Amino acid sequence: MAINQSTAPAVTGVRGPEREPVTLDVNGSTFPIELEPRVSLLDALREHLDLTGTKKGCDQGTCGACTVWVDGRRVLSCLTLAMSCEGHQVSTIEGIAQDGELHPMQQAFVDHDAFQCGYCTPGQIMSAIALLREGNATTDADIAEHMSGNICRCQAYPNIHAAIREVRDADDGG
Amino acid sequence: MTMRPITFFRAGSIDDAVAAVSANPDSAFLAGGTTEIDLLRLGVIQPTLLVDVNELPLTYLEDTESGGVRIGAMARMSDVARAPRIVERYPGMSQALLLGASEQLRNMASMGGNMCQRTRCAYFRDGRSPCNKREPGSGCSALNGVNRGHAILGTSDQCIATHPSDVAVALVALDATVRTMGPDGIRTIPIEQFFLRPEDTPSVEHPLEHGELIVAIDVPDLPVARASRYVKHRDRASYEFALVSVFSAMRVDDKGNVAELRLALGGVGTVPWRAHRAEEALIGRPATPENFAAAADAELADADTRPMNAFKVTFAKRAIVRELSQVVTS
Repeated sequence: MAINQSTAPAVTGVRGPEREPVTLDVNGSTFPIELEPRVSLLDALREHLDLTGTKKGCDQGTCGACTVWVDGRRVLSCLTLAMSCEGHQVSTIEGIAQDGELHPMQQAFVDHDAFQCGYCTPGQIMSAIALLREGNATTDADIAEHMSGNICRCQAYPNIHAAIREVRDADDGG
Repeated sequence: MTMRPITFFRAGSIDDAVAAVSANPDSAFLAGGTTEIDLLRLGVIQPTLLVDVNELPLTYLEDTESGGVRIGAMARMSDVARAPRIVERYPGMSQALLLGASEQLRNMASMGGNMCQRTRCAYFRDGRSPCNKREPGSGCSALNGVNRGHAILGTSDQCIATHPSDVAVALVALDATVRTMGPDGIRTIPIEQFFLRPEDTPSVEHPLEHGELIVAIDVPDLPVARASRYVKHRDRASYEFALVSVFSAMRVDDKGNVAELRLALGGVGTVPWRAHRAEEALIGRPATPENFAAAADAELADADTRPMNAFKVTFAKRAIVRELSQVVTS
């Protein structure tokens, strides 16, 4: 499918609309794959890399279920084009356990029963770890405000907040 | 929902970005993408070439020679909100940024993109209802539709869509300037002229040429802004657009008179709304609740309301009076 090639003079480096080689760096590994430019980071992770831990909720930037880190910052993978992530480090829920040990935030979610259906949980955990790194979790109000981009329809918020507080207050800082 | 096929170009320089978009009438810049990717997927906007400007060296904040701050267009909302020079000199702007969206979205969204974000009007976003902003001449579904969140100031009989930005409210109060690079070079646009009221052409929101890229926002030196504040009233405590928001920066002299005042409103205008009438009504007058109320009355005198959004008149007036009263007592 040719798109607008007739009106666009030579801009070299235009890619697509067909599949193009793309190299994604996810959880410390390099993945050479082929993607159309319209593919979101979320779909690239789930459909092309089989990293289905990151969830698709609203697919319009409202619910936070798709939260991942790009260069260590939490972002919404549904509103990010995979192609724009080339050269950047993507981190997903699959990458946070170390040496077979759950990340302290994962363990705290288990210990505090911080989920019911679990669908929002990967996004909640990616957001929660980033929140502590950002240093804006001093008060309960801070936690509520800075976790507001992650919706939990099971209403597990009190337990999610308890898990975050526990990791925040742990001696090793999580 | 699957997005239409697109082509993609990662711009390596500002000149490349401007050239690529200028050369293709169906192209658009791609910054943080928080509105743009959403609207692309919804089919509301239909560019076929996205020119990615995220790699451009425009993420800086720096002092200007005149004592203000220049904010690179690709600086992210979360970084600008917490930059010490913004927190110290323009706290109300920092608050406006942090009260917008969620931390994930603030990490993505750029300052330049924020200036270009589109309305949240449901009829614009649904991709099919008559909407003069999306499809000129098709009509406005909001005029007699569900319009509780819609604008009461700066409206026209063509469009009553509310401008959604918080930080833009701060920037109009601060008399910021938008710097752009286009095919003909750099130009500067006073920010109030950057946001066009709908009038007869709601689809034209900014005085930008196709291919003209925002490269920076200049915020002038303004000592009174060191005491600026932003308050946002909305249906939820967080992660929601404003019904009414107020940016204020006021200095009261030792006689109790308003010596300086910058006031702007969000959630009520088709553009970020600088409250010029209220400012003029208060400058030189005693800083009393009665005078604040009279100034608020003047600002809202021409409000264009419908049954569902008429509450915003009283809401905005009370928000202004409460905010300025709190400034006096703080």
